[in-house]
Amino acid sequence: MATLRDRTKEKSAINTKQIILWISLVLIVSFFLAPILWQVLTSLKVNADISAIPTVYFPTRFTFSHYLELFARRPFILYILNSALVAIISTLLCLTLGSPAAYALTRLKLPGENIILAGILIVTLFPYVLLFLGLLEIVKAIGLGNNYLALIIPYTAINLPLTILVMRSFFQQLPKDLEDAAKIDGYKIIPMLLRIVLPMTLPALVTTGILTFIFAWNEYIFALTFITRDTMKTIPVATAQLGGATLFDIPYGPIAAATILGTLPLVILVLLFQRRIVQGLTAGAVKG
Amino acid sequence: MSNDSLDGREKLIGWLLLIPALLVLALVFIYPIARAFWLSLFTENLGTQLQPEFSGLTNYLRMLGDGRFWQSMGNTAIFTIISVVLELILGLGIALVLNQSFRGRGVVRTIAIIPWALPTAVMGLAWAWIFNDQYGVVNDILQRLGVIDIGINWLGSPALAMTALIIADVWKTTPFISIILLAGLQSIPQDLYEAHAMDGANPWQSFSQITLPLLMPQILIALLFRFAQAFGVFDLVQVMTGGGPAGATETVSIYIYSTVMRYLDFGYGAALVVVTFLLLIAAVAITSLFLKRLRVS
Repeated sequence: MATLRDRTKEKSAINTKQIILWISLVLIVSFFLAPILWQVLTSLKVNADISAIPTVYFPTRFTFSHYLELFARRPFILYILNSALVAIISTLLCLTLGSPAAYALTRLKLPGENIILAGILIVTLFPYVLLFLGLLEIVKAIGLGNNYLALIIPYTAINLPLTILVMRSFFQQLPKDLEDAAKIDGYKIIPMLLRIVLPMTLPALVTTGILTFIFAWNEYIFALTFITRDTMKTIPVATAQLGGATLFDIPYGPIAAATILGTLPLVILVLLFQRRIVQGLTAGAVKG
Repeated sequence: MSNDSLDGREKLIGWLLLIPALLVLALVFIYPIARAFWLSLFTENLGTQLQPEFSGLTNYLRMLGDGRFWQSMGNTAIFTIISVVLELILGLGIALVLNQSFRGRGVVRTIAIIPWALPTAVMGLAWAWIFNDQYGVVNDILQRLGVIDIGINWLGSPALAMTALIIADVWKTTPFISIILLAGLQSIPQDLYEAHAMDGANPWQSFSQITLPLLMPQILIALLFRFAQAFGVFDLVQVMTGGGPAGATETVSIYIYSTVMRYLDFGYGAALVVVTFLLLIAAVAITSLFLKRLRVS
């Protein structure tokens, strides 16, 4: 009898815990998704429903006109291509420069490597607003304004610290025996890196590359400052500058549509690579 | 002998692998900061026809009496402290929930990192729309609930605009904190809790005596990153309020940007960069001191 009572008590304790858990899950999911879903809904509403009072939550009419407008009245396809171009090239550059550097900092005992690592850690904390003034002078001095390089080079640099830290934590886990064996077989360092280490590094490169792509795609202040020609703008800047004919005529529908198009590639990346993103972020932040 | 020269060769190759990355980092991070230190000693604005004229510490003295600078510092402090504290509490709560086992955990964990991955400038627009004074959904919900009678002008009144910014920032960056803290929670061995429970500890005791102390390094790391990012917040404010109304949400970064880009006051802008940089370094140094002490003990 006593055991039965204990069991029911235990059961109800589990139930309360379960209920709290599910309530918090519902809250978490709705807090994180609601703003995005609201933007999706807005982008599909007709103008009359967007500016209806009280707010329309379940529209009966849907339209793609806001999306079409972005492509008909704006070079929106160019904005997407610009963002993709700059993000992909800077990601490749970053991996090419960052992984060898990470390898050198892990395996080849260089004098002063601790100071270099500390420096790399500190610069990850610099807000970009501290950098744009000095970079603007360089961009002006060598005539890089409205040139993709004015974005590609800074984006490579802002992602280098993370790349070096993530790749370094990967190299630290890599067994050294293979490299030692390769050396005994007479491999020189560079061919050994290319033929033996690089193939094993691919998964870590993909993880790092996803993170650097996201950061480059999302960057705002450099893109805002160094690129003024409309056809060369990236998605975040172009979306933020979607204005109406007058100050009071804000095109909410097209802005919502642009938000969805600009975030869609990233949402897809997260859905596909959630695990890798988490791994990379924790390796980058915690190991450092 | 041959071993020595082999080592020397390895070191040489090591530097060759390292130096390209270091050069790019120096160009984009070190040079602009060093340049700001130098430029801050000059007056270079429309008054000098954008020619640098040496003026010593004039820019720094001007800062002392610049009410707009102090207001922006105050705004930045308020924004940083409130948003980081809220994000830490929420992020810890979410990490604890996501560390439980339940069906669909993978899906929820995925959803919980989406905001982190999205462009801040773009989602700032989404939040501005949510807080829109006429058609915003926040006003509509509050009216339906009977909390307010007429729509609030969120982004048009000082305290409310700051509130809206903080809410948007919490939405955007809490995921980062929960990712870091969740990784920390997963590294705490389960037997510690079991042993503690056998000693008769209740859940609150095991949280405060096991979870919190063991999670401290991750908490400090998350704090460090978030503090630096919040202190330099730019995208969100620029898109949502532009620093308004009447400078009520103007953060230091927004003030630096308009000093340079709108007023073309490069010398003073550089001095603002220097002061912000030094404050940030000081705060980082204090936090990492704590971190080091924790790791030692």
